[in-house]
Amino acid sequence: MKILSIPHVPARWLASLFLTFMSLLALPAHAAVNVLGCEPEWAALAAEIGGNKVRATSATTAMQDPHRIEARPSLIARTRNASLLVCTGLDLETGWLPVLLQQAGNPRIMPGQPGYLEAGTYVARLEVPTRLDRADGDVHAAGNPHIQQDPRNIARVAEVLTQRLAQIDPANAAYYRNRHRDFSHRWNAAMQRWNRQAAPLRGVAVVEHHKNMAYLLNWLGMRSVGTLEPKPGVEPSASHLARLAGQLRHDPARMVLRAAYQDPRASKWLADRAHVTPVVLPFTVGGSSHAKDLFGLFDDTIQKLLEGAR
Amino acid sequence: MICRRTVVATVLAAAFGTPIAAHADGSQDIAQLREELRQVKQDYETRIRALEKRIEAVAAPQPTGGGGESAVPLSANRQDDTWMPDADSAGYVSAPSAPSAPAVSVAASAPAVSGSASTASAFNPAVSVILGGTFANLSRDPDKYRIQGFVPGGEEVGPGKRSFNLGESELMLSASIDPTFSGQLTASLASDNSVSVEEAFMQTHGLEDGVNLKAGRFLSSVGYLNNIHSHAWDFVDAPLVYQAFFGGQYSQDGVQARWLAPADRFVELGAEAGNGGSFPGNGRNKNGVNSVAVFGHVGDDIGEGGSWRAGLSYLRTSASGRAYDDTDSTGADVVNAFSGHSSIWIADAVYKWSPGGNATRTNLKLQAEYFRRRENGTLTYDTTGQSLGTLSGAYTSAQSGWYAQGVYQFMPRWRVGMRYDKLYGGTTDIGLVDSGTLSASDFSSLTSYNPSKTTLMLDFSPSEFSRIRLQIARDKSSPDEADRQIYLQYIMSLGAHGAHSF
Repeated sequence: MKILSIPHVPARWLASLFLTFMSLLALPAHAAVNVLGCEPEWAALAAEIGGNKVRATSATTAMQDPHRIEARPSLIARTRNASLLVCTGLDLETGWLPVLLQQAGNPRIMPGQPGYLEAGTYVARLEVPTRLDRADGDVHAAGNPHIQQDPRNIARVAEVLTQRLAQIDPANAAYYRNRHRDFSHRWNAAMQRWNRQAAPLRGVAVVEHHKNMAYLLNWLGMRSVGTLEPKPGVEPSASHLARLAGQLRHDPARMVLRAAYQDPRASKWLADRAHVTPVVLPFTVGGSSHAKDLFGLFDDTIQKLLEGAR
Repeated sequence: MICRRTVVATVLAAAFGTPIAAHADGSQDIAQLREELRQVKQDYETRIRALEKRIEAVAAPQPTGGGGESAVPLSANRQDDTWMPDADSAGYVSAPSAPSAPAVSVAASAPAVSGSASTASAFNPAVSVILGGTFANLSRDPDKYRIQGFVPGGEEVGPGKRSFNLGESELMLSASIDPTFSGQLTASLASDNSVSVEEAFMQTHGLEDGVNLKAGRFLSSVGYLNNIHSHAWDFVDAPLVYQAFFGGQYSQDGVQARWLAPADRFVELGAEAGNGGSFPGNGRNKNGVNSVAVFGHVGDDIGEGGSWRAGLSYLRTSASGRAYDDTDSTGADVVNAFSGHSSIWIADAVYKWSPGGNATRTNLKLQAEYFRRRENGTLTYDTTGQSLGTLSGAYTSAQSGWYAQGVYQFMPRWRVGMRYDKLYGGTTDIGLVDSGTLSASDFSSLTSYNPSKTTLMLDFSPSEFSRIRLQIARDKSSPDEADRQIYLQYIMSLGAHGAHSF
């Protein structure tokens, strides 16, 4: 019956409109630099470097596929108010970011401005295709965009991000550089630790769900022998999985890796038939209970890989 | 070559300059600083070598070398990069890039795409093409289709033709024009071999303070579905309200201004002015503004998985001698015409939900719109004097309608949807009938009726670039027997990956 009580609807709308305009008036005068990360890792990095001088949020969560995000009204509003946009780029956000940029009417974060940081252009890219044809699936012309799973890429982007923050907020430039130096110290020490811990993983063969583990595997010297998706961005099919299971009899793999946001069913199917251990990696900050920040992300990733390889 | 070296030198100066300044205040860090400096030096030396190699490769007609891996672009030699000590046998491309010189990174990073191709084509607009087609089975003759009680007009009314049909093929070109403007052209190639301009507009990008300006021909931002291209619809055809009140979609030849409020919640206000050439207006050969629209949208998230947008729009158009075909009481085919104003209010709402905001596996979309139109003016009977002679009288109408639809993706690639349409013929006052000059049966297509339609669809999308759809509908748009419609449709998208709005 409640659903049919139509007279209540306009009242709710009015209340909603009223609240909206109140929130307009109540908008706090942020002294902090407003950073919008397209993915959680960049928001986390901005928080590491920017400390309390930035307000960093992420447009997506670790449970969402960054290829397939709706250009939601809330994201348009947040893009409009951002002073710095940090995105992976390399066409990862091509299905939604152009809409945000167009509708936001915000000159600070347009491509070419200091407020637009495309992280992918600052790192060495893997899997740059030699031919571009959608018959090969959803290929990325500029190379594999999932760069955040190599800590050396994080270090590289941290340098650029520090420069950009100093450029956008020159009054706090020294603060950002200090924090970056501190972060680099801790990051370098952590990388040495991860390299040591991950030594047993070298040469281990794995199957990926989507080709989104390339940077991680490259960093740790692991081998990918196949993907659950027949072509990038194409859903796993029964015939492809059966073929993959057959292939694994001759060329066995130890684990089948997937990111926290990916459908577990194909991994499970393969694990049951080909004696590979299914491993869920956090993939980005927030992808597991331990991956609370960038350090936790790699701690947990290596932990999970070591457990899976056992 | 000299030029590249200069760039590299500048990059080095910039890259070395900042860390030193930043690190020079802690004396205990000197050892570490030295080590970092050594690493950076080594890194850049490697990359300069890589750059030189690449320049050589570009200068040479065809790089030979043993690197036959498919992942390596032709113009980039494989190399061992000391910056990545763990580089293994998986061939990868080192894209030299430096924080302070994105230009270098851009030039060197996309060899696979641009390579040494001439730059003349590098600025070509992004091109995308939509191919579509249907197979239709209609129980009633589509040539006799009408929405009873509503003055017909516009082009895209009705169920289309029977049997195999080539749908509209859309050709879309878009690019930035300069730092201030970008432009887009959407040409529609119809199956009767005619070409029409669906949209051709320029718009500002990155103007100050959330302001967006647009000029040219564009789909008006009133309502929700109006400015969504037909290939992105969830059903084969437009809802009845769009067919009855807009004759398809309302497009403006004019200007649009939009403003996005600086709030945490999405609040957008906009206005349009146009020549009012499309239905329910028509070309009036008048100076000034012949069509005005204002609209407001609000939207936000509900939790992690849900988001919504609601809007209210108003459109006022004018018509002068807007003709339509009718049959009068003598059974003669006559041409009648309306002159006057139409004002339309639209309330729209859309809600999308997916578990945790991850729409890949399952997702839900609910959408509804309500239209209310008033028309005021004069109605001229038999403008060509074919039957009882040309007569004119006052005309007012107040009509409304709505639709509600839900689309659910129940597993990857498969979606199912349902839509219900309802129109209310409302009250129509025809002066010539009220005064007794003519009878209501002289305006047979205006006899009040409340049409309705129920539509079910199932679609399958092998990838995000292709979709195949089955749709069945029971269309009761006139008091005659309902039209049972079955469609099989394909929609294919080629070329540039277009981004879709919410």
